Amino acid sequence: MSMIVIQQLLFILILIGLSIPLGIYLYNIMIGKSVFKNKTGNRLEGRLFKVMGVKAEEMTAKKYAISVLLFSIVGLFFVFIVQLAQRFLPFNPENIEGTSLDLAFNTAASFVSNTNWQAYSGETGLSYFTQSIGLTVQNFVSAASGIAVLFVLIRGFILKQKHTVGNFWVDLTRITLYVLMPLSIVGAIILVSQGVVQSFSGYQAVTTLQDGAAQTIPLGPAASQIMIKQLGTNGGGFFGSNSAFPLENPTALSNLIQLLSILLIPAALCVTFGKAVKNHKQGRTIYIAMMTIFILTLVVTTISEAYGVPLFSGATGLGNMEGKEVVHGIGMSSLWATATTAASNGSVNSMHNSYTAFGGMMLMFLMQIGEIVFGGVGSGLYGIIAFVLLTVFIAGLMVGRTPEYLSKKIEPFDMKMVCLIVLVPPVLTLIGTAIAVVAPGAQELVTNEGARGFSEILYAYSSMGNNNGSAFAGFSADNPLTNLLGGSIMLMSRFIPLVATIFLAGNMAKKKSIAVSEGTLSTTSNLFIGLLVGVILIIAALSFLPSLALGPIADYFTSH
Amino acid sequence: MKNQTNQSKLFIDAITQSFSKLLPQVQVKNPVMLMVYIGAILTTVLYFLSFIGIQDEAGGYVFSIALILWFTVLFANFAEAIAEGRGRAQADTLRKARKEVQTKKIKSIDHPEDFDVVLSVDLKKEDLVYVEAGEQIPMDGEVVSGAASVDESAITGESAPVIRESGGDRSAVTGGTTLVSDWLIIRVTVEAGNSFLDKMISMVEGASRKKTPNEIALQILLVTFTIIFLVVSGTLLPFTQFTSEYVGTGSPISLTNVVALLVCLAPTTIGALLSSIGIAGMSRLNEANVLAMSGRAIEAAGDTDVLLLDKTGTITLGNRQASEFVPVNGTEKEALAEAAQLSSLADETPEGRSIVKLAKDEYGLRSHDLSSLQATFVPFSARTRMSGIDYDGNEWRKGAADTIKQAIQAKGGTFPEECTRIVSDIAKAGGTPLVVTKNETVLGVIHLKDIVKSGVKDRFSELRNMGIRTIMITGDNPMTAAAIAAEAGVDDFLAEATPEAKLDLIRQYQKEGHLVAMTGDGTNDAPALAQADVAVAMNTGTQAAKEAGNMVDLDSNPTKLIDIVRIGKQLLITRGALTTFSIANDVAKYFAIIPVLFFSIYPQLEALNFMGLTSATTAILSAVIYNALIIIALIPLALKGVKYRGLSAEKLLRHNMLVYGLGGLIAPFIAIKLIDVILTIMGIG
Repeated sequence: MSMIVIQQLLFILILIGLSIPLGIYLYNIMIGKSVFKNKTGNRLEGRLFKVMGVKAEEMTAKKYAISVLLFSIVGLFFVFIVQLAQRFLPFNPENIEGTSLDLAFNTAASFVSNTNWQAYSGETGLSYFTQSIGLTVQNFVSAASGIAVLFVLIRGFILKQKHTVGNFWVDLTRITLYVLMPLSIVGAIILVSQGVVQSFSGYQAVTTLQDGAAQTIPLGPAASQIMIKQLGTNGGGFFGSNSAFPLENPTALSNLIQLLSILLIPAALCVTFGKAVKNHKQGRTIYIAMMTIFILTLVVTTISEAYGVPLFSGATGLGNMEGKEVVHGIGMSSLWATATTAASNGSVNSMHNSYTAFGGMMLMFLMQIGEIVFGGVGSGLYGIIAFVLLTVFIAGLMVGRTPEYLSKKIEPFDMKMVCLIVLVPPVLTLIGTAIAVVAPGAQELVTNEGARGFSEILYAYSSMGNNNGSAFAGFSADNPLTNLLGGSIMLMSRFIPLVATIFLAGNMAKKKSIAVSEGTLSTTSNLFIGLLVGVILIIAALSFLPSLALGPIADYFTSH
Repeated sequence: MKNQTNQSKLFIDAITQSFSKLLPQVQVKNPVMLMVYIGAILTTVLYFLSFIGIQDEAGGYVFSIALILWFTVLFANFAEAIAEGRGRAQADTLRKARKEVQTKKIKSIDHPEDFDVVLSVDLKKEDLVYVEAGEQIPMDGEVVSGAASVDESAITGESAPVIRESGGDRSAVTGGTTLVSDWLIIRVTVEAGNSFLDKMISMVEGASRKKTPNEIALQILLVTFTIIFLVVSGTLLPFTQFTSEYVGTGSPISLTNVVALLVCLAPTTIGALLSSIGIAGMSRLNEANVLAMSGRAIEAAGDTDVLLLDKTGTITLGNRQASEFVPVNGTEKEALAEAAQLSSLADETPEGRSIVKLAKDEYGLRSHDLSSLQATFVPFSARTRMSGIDYDGNEWRKGAADTIKQAIQAKGGTFPEECTRIVSDIAKAGGTPLVVTKNETVLGVIHLKDIVKSGVKDRFSELRNMGIRTIMITGDNPMTAAAIAAEAGVDDFLAEATPEAKLDLIRQYQKEGHLVAMTGDGTNDAPALAQADVAVAMNTGTQAAKEAGNMVDLDSNPTKLIDIVRIGKQLLITRGALTTFSIANDVAKYFAIIPVLFFSIYPQLEALNFMGLTSATTAILSAVIYNALIIIALIPLALKGVKYRGLSAEKLLRHNMLVYGLGGLIAPFIAIKLIDVILTIMGIG
């Protein structure tokens, strides 16, 4: 156990250490500071915008929102068509047929919404072309869109009496070009050095040592997709078993790099936020609140995996190793599982369905919180800021002033947007689950008995309803109802809060800022951190306690 | 005794109102309670359906739930009605003052005898009316001629008559008040139906009460919670249906229990009390004799962080008083005192009177009989800026140092160095020096002192803790102002204040993001009042000042501004505290309901019932009963407002979180268990 604690602590320290410089770098990207020392680079950027037809003029919130939506709709159609037509497109050595209409819609919605819920299995369902030109491109741009919207919200707090919030095309380009691409390239090269495949050749047939049986080894341009799947909190694995598959995640080092990449950008953005609002304590407050919930759930998960199973006499006391790779063990598996559900990543290096009742519940709960504990790149931070505003509103009233955050008053319109951001994911999750269980044949979709059967469905819709994308194996996802319902839920759960955030930012930017005094509620104190964590946990608990009681909680009590 | 009957009448009225508010068109206005209302109707229907064999749950149980829900709705109605009732009682008294009267409308200010008798409602703006002692002033207006004492008790509740006269800052009169002496000619300034009294009636009645921004924002939040809980409870129907079929035991949750769960989880406590909190806040302001022109103004008062306070009346006692005679050139102190007294005999200002009094008290100089003196009085005039007396061939004068200096030098005399030094010493100490002369000789200096009110220093330091800056506004010179500011403990001061300087100061603070509150009474205050975020006009002030302000202080007490800020803050805190309490309550309700809700499917969940509630029936009934009773229990708090203490935001939050957050978490556990025990003893379950 002490080994596990050391491993996990070390990970957290490395994460914090890396997030600070990256956060500062991200701030420079946000404010449009030149990343090149010489002028050629800047001219290159200017020429690029010219070729793209981008006039780098400031946009209003409305125009920004329309741009994001249009860009995403185009992406949605592109991925949709590519899947249907992959039979006729290049880079398809295995001659994989086009997917079904509903699956194509689901996958397109999933990748455009930065969810990466996978109802398909990579090695049998999609060609190399679809994976790299369709999905990997979305891995980059859906992540970049999330960060761009966060930048807009931050600008909303900084700007005073302004009607514009930045230019989407400029933000999108700069984030992709200067942040996601370099990090992915460096990361992918290291992964390749560890043995992750990167190839366009067809699958290899090999003869195994055992009885000379034949086995097909799937290949493909995996490393390049895997790095961005982690960095952009996408999580869609190249292969069906995701990072539990040796060719996707072969060594301890590759595991550490992938694990760090899950949380790196969401954590760094907290630093960016603090720097941007000229008060690093504000960023630190959110960072600590996220980290508190993360560590709490990590501890519960790890303990229930290590000790939560009955020990049979004669068996080794390894804890619950079902569905976990021996190379990762309880520690790195629990850490990955917590990180991937805390961030809206969804990649796995162990099978979540095999977790103990409480361990599995923590993973589910982290998603149900709304993907705001680190959460998606950009979207996690703008999501938690909505909760900050909610906390400020309630606490602010209690000190007898119109609530204000970062010197901006919170007024009815802002509350409307905040409520949309907070309300949409849990409502979609619950309604999605409800439709799924009343649909005919619901019982055939799940594999486990009793309460765990219900957990499988609840987990699936928590994953889609909060844009996580991880799966609780055992639930059959590829059927028309789940594909269509899930696809729609993923789109709504991503884009309603996203648009609400942009409008919130637009309204904030229009306001003048208020002077700070002794009567102003401090949003950096320990008391406030405690309140924020409390509000987040209470709202999630109130929303999901009844359904969790029918799932993991009943699971626990019926099996103990 | 009378008060008691009033109280019980108020009570009975509120009960009747609770029932008449059951109309759907009234309920629609409050979304949270509307949901309880629909739940009550639904369970009632379910109860009647049980007679024709459609069983949701046992008939008696459904009936109990329906009954409690109806009571929940009635309690919420009652909370609102009782808050409105207090305002209505106030309005009734005011309405008595607003009766129609016959009045003398005149054509010209010079011929008051040439009048037509008309009804007050027929008066138009700019009409002139002539009012004599014993008559009621028909409409709001401005005195254009005459001076009279007016009984304004109908509006202010203050029985002592006040002086109203043409010109200056006491020229505004209010319709519905009565002349006690003399006569006035008044120019009507408003149309009928739009008078101060009309506005006041509709404000205290709550008829024109619009929801304030904070209230709307909170309402949005409450509706959001309600929607979430609607989905949480509603989806339990399919969830339990699926689970019971899949597991093969138990039955889906009943509709009655879904409704019960929803009502328990929705923020009904704050939802029921929200509008009463707003109305009660307005009433509290009215009780402080301040009339807000909008609810927005009260909230803004809670937000202000800069108070501009007039020195006179707020920080210092109304008037300066003579405290010492300082002779120069070896003049006898007594001679100076006599000279000072002589020069002040005709000075009817409080300062003048205090000089006469000081001379009498300290040197036994009796006040001279004015008529026997055969002297010529020289009153203070803006041109000479001196006052005094010509008597016995001598000229006795007193005035500000620079004025006297000019006058003496003009006469060829010299202004002694010693005097300049004394004058400057007095000024530095915060006093006002008045130089006394006999012909062209300077005799000495009178030290007029500002008396800082007792207790203001503590008040200002409390305000500072609350994060509110206090700025003293005074016409004094910077030196005097600084000394008084230091003595009173204000944060800053504006000396030699002109209306323009005041306006600039407000603009400057607003530009820095502050919200500024001020009081004012004169016409020249109007621009600053209009600019300030919270502007309290004195009722004694001019019409222009009253129109520019967003509150009117009927007592015309400048200190009131501090109370107004408190009332504003208290209103917001009450809302926040009850919201926190309401949400925190949900945790206990969950622990009461969830374990028993799925009992038929998973009996093992009984392990979560650590409160040891008797049965599913008593557990759910206890939670629903608690939910209804807590509304009644909190009505007094909603009406009175939570106790406000002048603390910093951090301390205030910590304190309120402890009381309403932690309290809200723990209280319902105890209360629900208690109700459960009582129900069990009664044999229910």
